[in-house]
Amino acid sequence: MVKIEGLDKLLAEHPFFKDLDAPIRELIAGCAANEVFKAGDFIYREGEEMDKFYVIRRGRVALDVHVPGKDPLVIETLQEGDILGWAWLIPPYKAAFDARAEQLVRAISLDAGCLRKKCEDDHMVGYEMYKRFLPVVAERLKAARMQLSDLYGNPKGK
Amino acid sequence: MAKNQIGVVEVEGLQDLITILSDEGYEVIGPTVADNAVVYEPIDSVDDLPKGYEDEQDGGKYRLIESGSKALFRTVVGPQTWKRYLYPPEQTLWKARKEKQGFSIEENDGVEPQYAFIGVRACEMAAIAIQDKVFDNGDFADPGYLARRNNAFLVAVNCTRAGGTCFCASMETGPKVKEGSDLALTEMTKGGHRFVVEAQSERGKEILKRLKASPITDGDKKQASKEIKAAAASMGRKMIGDADTVLAANLEHSRWNNVAERCLNCANCTMVCPTCFCSTMEDVTSLDGSEAERVRKWDSCFTVDFSYIHGGPIRRDAASRYRQWITHKLTHWKEQFGTSGCTGCGRCITWCPVGIDITEEARAIRDSQGG
Amino acid sequence: MTALETMSDPQMDPMIPVPFRIKKRKRELSDTFTLELEPPKGAAFNFAAGQFNMLYVYGVGEVPISISGDPSDPSKLVHTVRAVGSVTEAMAKLKPGDTVGVRGPYGSAWPVEEAEGDDVVIITGGIGLAPLRPAIYHILANREKYGSVIIIYGARTPQDMLFRKELEGWRGRFDLSVKATVDSAGSDWAGRVGVVTKLIPHYSFDSINTTALVCGPEVMMRYSISALNDAGVMNDKIHVSMERNMKCAVGFCGHCQFGGAFVCKDGPVFRFDAIEDLFKVREI
Repeated sequence: MVKIEGLDKLLAEHPFFKDLDAPIRELIAGCAANEVFKAGDFIYREGEEMDKFYVIRRGRVALDVHVPGKDPLVIETLQEGDILGWAWLIPPYKAAFDARAEQLVRAISLDAGCLRKKCEDDHMVGYEMYKRFLPVVAERLKAARMQLSDLYGNPKGK
Repeated sequence: MAKNQIGVVEVEGLQDLITILSDEGYEVIGPTVADNAVVYEPIDSVDDLPKGYEDEQDGGKYRLIESGSKALFRTVVGPQTWKRYLYPPEQTLWKARKEKQGFSIEENDGVEPQYAFIGVRACEMAAIAIQDKVFDNGDFADPGYLARRNNAFLVAVNCTRAGGTCFCASMETGPKVKEGSDLALTEMTKGGHRFVVEAQSERGKEILKRLKASPITDGDKKQASKEIKAAAASMGRKMIGDADTVLAANLEHSRWNNVAERCLNCANCTMVCPTCFCSTMEDVTSLDGSEAERVRKWDSCFTVDFSYIHGGPIRRDAASRYRQWITHKLTHWKEQFGTSGCTGCGRCITWCPVGIDITEEARAIRDSQGG
Repeated sequence: MTALETMSDPQMDPMIPVPFRIKKRKRELSDTFTLELEPPKGAAFNFAAGQFNMLYVYGVGEVPISISGDPSDPSKLVHTVRAVGSVTEAMAKLKPGDTVGVRGPYGSAWPVEEAEGDDVVIITGGIGLAPLRPAIYHILANREKYGSVIIIYGARTPQDMLFRKELEGWRGRFDLSVKATVDSAGSDWAGRVGVVTKLIPHYSFDSINTTALVCGPEVMMRYSISALNDAGVMNDKIHVSMERNMKCAVGFCGHCQFGGAFVCKDGPVFRFDAIEDLFKVREI
């Protein structure tokens, strides 16, 4: 198992945790673990309770919508540097989509239960996490809306 | 001014002018009364001119009244413009014929009519000069327009009476025709019905020589000048001097929505405007498909599909279409052609069914900037 | 005068089309096809990347279509067309051997010479790749004159990607970066899914020495430009291709006006800072 100092260093290098006070980051690193997923593995499935969120270090993850009778529809892919999963912050903490490793994926997972407790115990930790997650969610919402609008000028009905 | 450049004739002299021009091969077009309006049609006699008529014009209003005078040119401008002849409302640009392999194009023979226009007002002279720049824009030229234009003999008339919607004085385009015509007339009735005739081109000088004009007296000069100035002073409307910058700075002003509530998008203003030049192309075939032709027709930026690109029109709202028309006319035209697109003829005001007034709209925005 | 000489002579009637024979026709997508036209009598058709022609289908009408071929090969005239209206749908039915009327070339060009010495970022989506392809050909044929070259392309689905094989070929080069994405995909697509602006790298561009060429529907260009600004590329280094209704392409019909600019003569390629204020005004 990777030592916590190693994970702390990896988190420190990640833009998401930039400017986080070292004590808070070390606290969060205490909930971290190294993860590896093979191509084709499901990281989590729609409807599951999210007990972790992930910081992707390498490889591509597809967010799928399962459509009965059809191929799953990929609605977004996340890559190195992206944060995967925010349902852990919002009760009942259920994942909205399938997350599938399209390639070999290495990620750092953060234990949701562990982190939620630390946020409750120390609201500063909670504030720092929410402060960082809100822009991620906002960015995803904006992107999703742009994907919905006809950016490429496809003719009506096609 | 040299003796052969200016003189005075009586009505007989004007008739001689018409006859000479006709004999020279020009198709003489002049103002005449039809359907209760003064329109431009072929004439062969001074009797065809609107003798004794005056027009009452205001926003959305045009009426001819008979004043009983002998004057021939007391009406100002009607619903038609000279662009009807120089830039016809419908023109076949070329014909195509289906061949065994593909098709071939048959161009026009290049023979264009030779018109003589009698009674071109200063605002109309300015408008013709403006359209000259449109159809010979430095990159491309319309050979048909240029041929008709160069063939045309222009007999201008200096207005001695302003129309109800005129504002050429504030546009600095009239009422005096300073240059550009072949002959410029000023009609006077006080002290005898006569016309001052001034040659403004070589062609004009040639024709003037043949008119047996009397020399002009100082008194006539003064009277003509006085009457033209009085016309200028009596204009009830003015365009603000900085319309171009005011409109450019207020593209999102609430006034546009205000106009949109009144504007019917009927396109009358673009049809009667002497400088509006927008057109569309129609490609038509014979029933058996053996022949096709491209027809150019007057178009108007007020139509919804004027700005259509796949998906829909860019200017979906009446507000943006009115804004396009007025900002093109008063602002963008300067950028494109070096002058304002408006010559102050007032037709758009007269012929707007709801009386929208271009001078009032520009002023309203200036007076409430940032609104 | 040969037919082609008349086309560029300002004294001649600019509204007369010249018949060109269709040499090849290729299906690109379900509604998009490419025509390779042969200039008459073996003449050369010289054009600059970004320019367009008015293409006439006998008896149906005329439409403005960007030239999508290689400017260094004037023996062919290549146009990629999407069938969206009566003229383009009629054009879609034409076969090799048929004839199309051509007027042009018209308009302003992508600033490929001005961009020499710069890094070049090309951002496009859907059929917007067609007007940019001549610029890409030019840049790749003169590769040493440019710094890094990045092509960023988005489409609705993998089936809507234009010139996909060519994109894959470009992507295989060692001196070029090609990033593509789609809005949604099935499991047969192993690439990125997401909005195209996300591909504009998060690292900063060299703002003094980067030229961006952007082409697509205005909404796509708007978001792409915003993302470029965030990445350090300013509006005086961004060039866009505008589209408006056109009936004549020579400044006579008035339809293509965009503020005071005639898109047919002052555009279609504009440096963005010259039009950025107008661009923000709705329905201008």
